[in-house]
Amino acid sequence: MFSRGAAVLVYQPQWGQVRNMATLKDITRRLKSIKNIQKITKSMKMVAAAKYARAERELKPARVYGVGALALYEKAEIKVPEDKKKHLIIGVSSDRGLCGAIHTSVAKAIKTEISTLSDAGKDVMVVGVGDKLRGLLQRTHNKHLLVTFKEVGRKPPSFGDASVVALELLNSGYEFDEGSVIYNRFRSVISYKTDEKPFYSLDTVSGAESISIYDDIDADVLRNYQEFTLANILFYSLKESTTSEQSARMTAMDNASKNASEIIDKLTLTFNRTRQAVITKELIEIISGAAAL
Amino acid sequence: GALWDLWSLARSVLRFHRALAVYARGALWELQSVRLPGCPALALLPLVACPLRARSGPAMLPARRLLALGPRALRLPGLRAPARSYAEAAAAPTQMSFTFASPTQVLYNGAAVKQVDVPTLSGSFGILAAHVPTLQVLKPGVVTVFAEDGTATKYFVSSGSITVNADSSVQLLAEEVATLDMLDLAAAKSNLDKALSQLAAAPDETAKVEAQINVEASEALVKALE
Repeated sequence: MFSRGAAVLVYQPQWGQVRNMATLKDITRRLKSIKNIQKITKSMKMVAAAKYARAERELKPARVYGVGALALYEKAEIKVPEDKKKHLIIGVSSDRGLCGAIHTSVAKAIKTEISTLSDAGKDVMVVGVGDKLRGLLQRTHNKHLLVTFKEVGRKPPSFGDASVVALELLNSGYEFDEGSVIYNRFRSVISYKTDEKPFYSLDTVSGAESISIYDDIDADVLRNYQEFTLANILFYSLKESTTSEQSARMTAMDNASKNASEIIDKLTLTFNRTRQAVITKELIEIISGAAAL
Repeated sequence: GALWDLWSLARSVLRFHRALAVYARGALWELQSVRLPGCPALALLPLVACPLRARSGPAMLPARRLLALGPRALRLPGLRAPARSYAEAAAAPTQMSFTFASPTQVLYNGAAVKQVDVPTLSGSFGILAAHVPTLQVLKPGVVTVFAEDGTATKYFVSSGSITVNADSSVQLLAEEVATLDMLDLAAAKSNLDKALSQLAAAPDETAKVEAQINVEASEALVKALE
């Protein structure tokens, strides 16, 4: 096989030992890096816990506010006529990762909604609140993305933020008939659920039958009311979403710290064993050297 | 009293009127728009006021809330438990379930009050229990809540909406709420003067509208405090 004698590849059979035993230095390096990682995840957990406490406190009035805003749609039971084609999905998430399945659950719900609605023959457009959603959706559903928002999640959301989103939505030029907001509803520190709340456009609401029991409504007043309700729903979903996100991040960082401690324990044991093996090897060398004399 | 941040007040009222996208001070969001083919980019939708009078609807639907009687604990053997039946909700039409909230605080949640006076864009009116269902939009002014025992509490609201449902539940959602003792009359007056001068000096349509809203809000504030 090898014609030239000078350049001969020497094949060393490695099947005896798959990898060399890690030296003390390798183990020390690994231990140090994992200890650093554990410090970081612990501090991230503390930060997430503080933010979660604040978010949960602010969620209490926001929940009453949001439930009040949705009360009309629930009590009036607005039914969208079947021929209405344009649907709008607003996915509420955030920019930052390391929070478990928060972003993927919203993206998954959006994707299933898109496929269900497209099969039913409707036009769907998606608004993403949060950079992560853009990243998750743009590869496969780029033609459905209407507008996305970034810089979400850095500060606690305020009503101003929700109204910015609502204004941009209404100015986007997409005349939707009905829509839904997909967000993570906060249930407890360890659990959240991806939920969907519907909202309707001005035409759908004014055309609905059950709206006629409401006395004497001006078109202008109804439009104002609708825009305000949209901002309210967005505000409520933002609040719930941030609380779920912070609690999920707290849990994720807590798990990461625990995993890191386990690895540290295992590595410390390996380190001690390796150290003892090195000492024993040196001793044996010395003794056999002395015995040879 | 604490000074009222009128800029945030005017800002909040502005959101109702579909003017050009005015981004709230402090919001750091960058918007990335994927343009739809053939859609006008960020068109200024004109303020159209076409008063369509909706026909007054039929009579209010009675609110039937079904209450199941819990199993009567007749544990005596041999005696059959009485037949379960459904009961009509006793309280619905005679009591108002009043929810008054802002994004940051809840003032009343499902409370039973006697009357609420609200300032709306189509005039001020008082709401008692069994009021006809309606949807209204608030304008800056004073909301007075009369409790069951007759005591009245006043709040200044910047803007918001009020919903009266068929089952006598009232949801008053205000964007910003303050009790009158948190507002300072002198500051309100100086705000009004500033707003008037801004209105006079407004360069273009949007600025004029904003200044007009500012003026209205300041006038309402001053009127509420005097």
